[in-house]
Amino acid sequence: MTNRTLLMRATRRLALILAGLVASTVAVAELRVEITEWNIEPAPIAVVDFGWSGNSAAPPLDVSSVIAADLRRSGRFAPIDQSQMLSQPTRGADVDFDDWRILKVEAVVIGRVEQTGDNAYSVQFQLFDPFRGTQLVGYRMPASRGTIRRVAHRAADMIYEKLTGIKGVFATRVTYVTAEQQGDGRLFKLIVADQDGENEYTILESRDPIMSPAWSPDSRQVAYVSFEGSRSSIWVQSLRTGNRIRVSSEPGVNGAPSFSPDGKQLVITLGGADGNLDIYVMDVATKQKRRLTTHRAIDTEGTWSPDGRYIYFNSDRAGGPQVYRVPVSGGTPERITFEGSYNARPRLSPDGKKLAVVHNDRGNFRIAVYDLQRDNQMVVVSAGRQDESPSFAPNSDTLIYATRQARDGVLETVTADGLIRQRLESRGGDVREPVWSPFPRY
Amino acid sequence: MAIDALLKNPLPLAVAALLLAGCGGGDTIPDPEPEDTMMGSDDTSSQGAGYDDVYGGGETVDYDPSADELSTTIFFDFDSYEVRAEDADLVNRHSIQILDTGASVRLEGHADERGSREYNIGLGERRAQAVRRMLMIQGVPASRISTVSFGEERPVAYGSDEASWAQNRRVEINYTN
Repeated sequence: MTNRTLLMRATRRLALILAGLVASTVAVAELRVEITEWNIEPAPIAVVDFGWSGNSAAPPLDVSSVIAADLRRSGRFAPIDQSQMLSQPTRGADVDFDDWRILKVEAVVIGRVEQTGDNAYSVQFQLFDPFRGTQLVGYRMPASRGTIRRVAHRAADMIYEKLTGIKGVFATRVTYVTAEQQGDGRLFKLIVADQDGENEYTILESRDPIMSPAWSPDSRQVAYVSFEGSRSSIWVQSLRTGNRIRVSSEPGVNGAPSFSPDGKQLVITLGGADGNLDIYVMDVATKQKRRLTTHRAIDTEGTWSPDGRYIYFNSDRAGGPQVYRVPVSGGTPERITFEGSYNARPRLSPDGKKLAVVHNDRGNFRIAVYDLQRDNQMVVVSAGRQDESPSFAPNSDTLIYATRQARDGVLETVTADGLIRQRLESRGGDVREPVWSPFPRY
Repeated sequence: MAIDALLKNPLPLAVAALLLAGCGGGDTIPDPEPEDTMMGSDDTSSQGAGYDDVYGGGETVDYDPSADELSTTIFFDFDSYEVRAEDADLVNRHSIQILDTGASVRLEGHADERGSREYNIGLGERRAQAVRRMLMIQGVPASRISTVSFGEERPVAYGSDEASWAQNRRVEINYTN
């Protein structure tokens, strides 16, 4: 477990900075890291500019910059400037560990990109521990101009996992909704982007509100609520083809879709003509529905437990909104949250160990994480006044959510322990309801 | 849609009128002539054709809700789905208008921005249902009422303060024919 020992050594060296606020702008993408607030100091590392051999002056992508930006954005690492480096090796044989021990960097990443055909490249990287003088991981991957960015993120994932023991999420995506003033109304967009804000594209545009996007487990579809025609309906849209099907347009509320772990079912909220919001499970292929709750309170925001056995949902049957769970097969709901007067929009970590909610924290709506394995202990992990829509990264380590900057919504990420919080600055408009994609399938 | 909503919601217009009135540099704007208010609020039956003429084969008068004096927005207290006592009469007058004209209505429920979005959809729906029940008690058939909740998605006021939130906690009565 080299990775673990390295992490532990790094952690021992980390000074605890109380409420440290460090402003740094890394203009790499639309959703660039704007402000980092951390309670642990990031470990210095070196990502040396990669070597290049090919037909053109430069490779199709600055792979080492993408890797460095990924590691910086994690909040756990601080890549040093190229100008500080005493040497810039691109091959393992050229690494002089003394050059890096002097700089006190915890890890060194080197690599090279080679052109192997007209639109074929080879990306190679190696990760070293300069103190032990050992290689931690080395890997070579084929790439094309179309895939090289994804390959760079995969390299960052492997480096991150080796150093921290936590799976990297740099090759994942995020979907979110934006609203901008246009004429006498607003234009809503449903957007999908890489988690670093690159490759941003709009999958739906509407003058009517768009809400509650949800990824399918294979990342190929997004379910959402649309108010086109001034009534709510639930849709499932293919990202590859853009084709979409309307799966629910009942009278009254059609809301809060969320996929089952096998992707075959959706949990949704229906209100009916009489407006009694209840939780239903729907088979996506047949559109057959089964009602799970019947209480006259608001029951909504259902989400599947990762083991597929329970639906967690929000109900105000006890007065204010609190999280309950009910077996997917049906049964009596069991209350889960008891801290404070408001716990809404439950989302479980993919490892099933944590529950994130929107929590009323002394008048501020903030993201809180319940530890389901430790007597449901709760930690408030955000610091805004109108924070909402928590969504776990597929590694269960980090959350993304929406907060406010003046009037507009902006996105932030925070580790589930609340220690590292970062703001992602978008190009503009009111950004809300971010949802982190599952791990990509290679 | 925002301007549309503003027109339906008399409060900002009243505020604007007050502001305009305050811009006069000391000049007092005279009270409007009584005739003006009469023309605005009078209903069509007193203009032109009398009952005799109507029974003698007059002409149809189209119902135009935008020209009507009835406010189409009902506001709610924080965390409340009860129609305020002072608004009960307004809802009753709408029920009479719906029954008289044969109109259908869509009740659009809204919530303020605080808290989670889908739960706010629930709160907006509850408010729309409170108005729906009052209309039904007054005899409006369920088939002529539909509800939609926009939750916090369509605010009329964008501030993050109680004054804005109060304007956003509302049900808009939308005449659909």
